[in-house]
Amino acid sequence: MASVGVKSSYWKGVRDALPFTLVIIPFATLFGVVSSDAGLNVLESLGFSIAVIAGAAQFTALQLMRDEAPTLVVLASALAVNLRMAMYSASLTPHLGHLPLWKRAVAAYLTLDQNYALSIVEFERNTAQSTSGKFAYFLGSVTPIAPFWYGFTVVGALVGSAIPMNTGLDFAMPIAFIAMIGPALNSGAHRMAALVASVAALLFVWMPWNFGLLVAAGLGMATGAEIERRAEARA
Amino acid sequence: MIERTELWIVILGLGVGSFALRFVFLGLVGNRAMPPAVMRHLRYTAVSVLPALVMPLVVWPTATGGEPDPVRLGSAAITLAIATLMRNVPVAMIAGAAVLIFGAWL
Repeated sequence: MASVGVKSSYWKGVRDALPFTLVIIPFATLFGVVSSDAGLNVLESLGFSIAVIAGAAQFTALQLMRDEAPTLVVLASALAVNLRMAMYSASLTPHLGHLPLWKRAVAAYLTLDQNYALSIVEFERNTAQSTSGKFAYFLGSVTPIAPFWYGFTVVGALVGSAIPMNTGLDFAMPIAFIAMIGPALNSGAHRMAALVASVAALLFVWMPWNFGLLVAAGLGMATGAEIERRAEARA
Repeated sequence: MIERTELWIVILGLGVGSFALRFVFLGLVGNRAMPPAVMRHLRYTAVSVLPALVMPLVVWPTATGGEPDPVRLGSAAITLAIATLMRNVPVAMIAGAAVLIFGAWL
C-alpha cells in the first residue's frame, strides 16, 4: 500500500516536471555550444554539467574564465550565483530532513530551481504525504530534467555553433520560472513577498557578484514572514 | 584560451561548492527542529528567490543588449497572469512562448 503511494508520488513528480524538459533542452544545448566555443572539449563540458548542474552558475564561470578572471574570482562569483541553493536547502529541510543521510545527500545534489519549486508547492499543498512520498516526488520531478541537462550539454558541445541560437530562445528560462511562481502565490503574504523581491531585484541589480539577488530574496522572505507574524498576532 | 588546470580547478571547485550549498541545511540540520521565526521566513523562499532571479532578465534582457523589449515584457505578463489565475504551469509556459513567437514573427 505504502509503496503504491510512493510510486504514484514519483510519477506525479515526473508528470509535473515534464513541461520543463522543453526548456532544459535549449538551455543545456546552449551551454554545450558556448562551452565548445570557449575551447572546452565534450568531456570537459559534460564534466561541468555533471559536477555543477546549475545553468546560471555554469554560464557565469565560463564567461569569467573567457575574460581571464583569476580562478578565485571565477569560483566566488559562480558560487554567489548558487547561494540561493542554500536557501532551497533550508526550505526543504522541514520536509526531507527525516530521511537517512545518504538520501539527503542525493536530494542535495539534485536540488535544482525547477524541481525545488515544484516540490515545495506540492509539499505545502499535500501536507499529509509521508517523508518517503515527498522524496519520491522530489526524485520524480528531477527525472525529466537532470538527464536532459547532461545529454543536451553533450549535444550542444558536439554540434557547436551549427545551431542558430536566435530570437526568443534566451527567454525560455524566464518564462519557465514565471510559470512556476504563479501556483505558489497562494496568499497575500506570498504575493507581497514576490512583489518586494521583484522590485528589490531591479533596485539592487548593480551589486557585484549577483548579491542583488540575495538581498532582494532576503527582503522578500522578511516581508512574507512579517505579514504572517502580524496576521497570527491578530488572530 | 582557457588553461586546462584552471578549468578543472573551477569545475571541481564549483561542483564541491555547489554541493556544499545544497547540502548545508538538509544534511547538517536534518531532522532537528528549526526555530519558528526561521521556519516562517523559509516558507517564502520560492516566491522570493525566483522572482528576484527573473525580474532583471525580464526588464533588461541580455539578448537585446539590456534594452527593455515590449515582446518579452508582454510574454512575461501573460505567463504570470495565466500561471496565477489558472495555476497551470504548462498552459502558462505555452502562452508565454506563443507571445514570443508571435512577436518574433511580427
